[in-house]
Amino acid sequence: MAYRTISSKRDNLKRFISVAATFLWFVLLSGCAPVLPWERGILAKGAMQLEPYPLKSSLLAHQYSSREAASGGGEASGGGCGCY
Amino acid sequence: MKRLFFCLGGIILPLFCLPLFAATIGDKSPHCVMTSSTNAPINLTEYQGKVVYVDFWASWCPSCMQSFPFLNQLLQEYGDKAFSIVGVNLDEQHDDAQAFLAHHPTKFTITNHGGEQCAKMFDVQAMPTAYLIDKHGVIRHIQMGFRAGEVDELKSQIAKLLAEK
Repeated sequence: MAYRTISSKRDNLKRFISVAATFLWFVLLSGCAPVLPWERGILAKGAMQLEPYPLKSSLLAHQYSSREAASGGGEASGGGCGCY
Repeated sequence: MKRLFFCLGGIILPLFCLPLFAATIGDKSPHCVMTSSTNAPINLTEYQGKVVYVDFWASWCPSCMQSFPFLNQLLQEYGDKAFSIVGVNLDEQHDDAQAFLAHHPTKFTITNHGGEQCAKMFDVQAMPTAYLIDKHGVIRHIQMGFRAGEVDELKSQIAKLLAEK
C-alpha cells in the first residue's frame, strides 16, 4: 500500500514536470519573434554588416579560388537590411 | 492533460494562421488611417475611384532609393488622370526619413505616422513592397522590390487599371 502511494506520487510529480516543461517550452517559444521587414533600419547600418567590405571580399575570394583551383566552402555574405 | 493541450493548441494555432489574413491580390485594400508629413489625415478608402500605388519604403533601403525617380516619373505621366501614389514611410526615426526626402524630393504624398500599423495590415514581407489598388479599392498587383526590368510591365498594369471603369 505504502509502495503504491509513493509510486502514484512519483507519477504525479513526473506528470507535473512534463506539463510544466511543455508550458515553459511554449512560453520560451513566444520569445522567438521574427524581425519585421521595416524593423531592419539598424541592421542596415554599416557598423552592423557581417562583411564591411563585400566587394573587396568577393574579389579576394574569387582570386583565392582561382589560385587554389578549388572553390566553395566560403561563407555567404550576410547581414544588412534584407531588402528585396 | 488533454484539456491543457487543447487550450495550448487553441492559443498557438491562431498565431500560425495570422499570415492567412494578409492582403493579397483580389482582396479589398485594408482600411489604413495615416497622417501625412503635413499632419493631414490619409485614409486609403478615400482613394476609391482612383488607381493608387501604395509604396512601403524606408530611408535605409537601397531599392527604395532607386524606385523614387521612377515613382516621380509615374506621377508625371499619370498624375493628371485618376492616379495617386502614397509613399508609406516605415522609418523608425523620422529624422532619417526627412534627411532622405531632402536628398530625394518627391511629388507624391508621403505618410508620417501610422505606417507601421498599415504595413501590418497589408502584411508587408519585404522592403520595398508596393500595392497597386484599382478604382474599386481592390489590390490588383503586388510589387516586391524594385527592378528596372519590371518598369514597363508595371506601367502597362497602371494604364490597364486606369482604362477600367
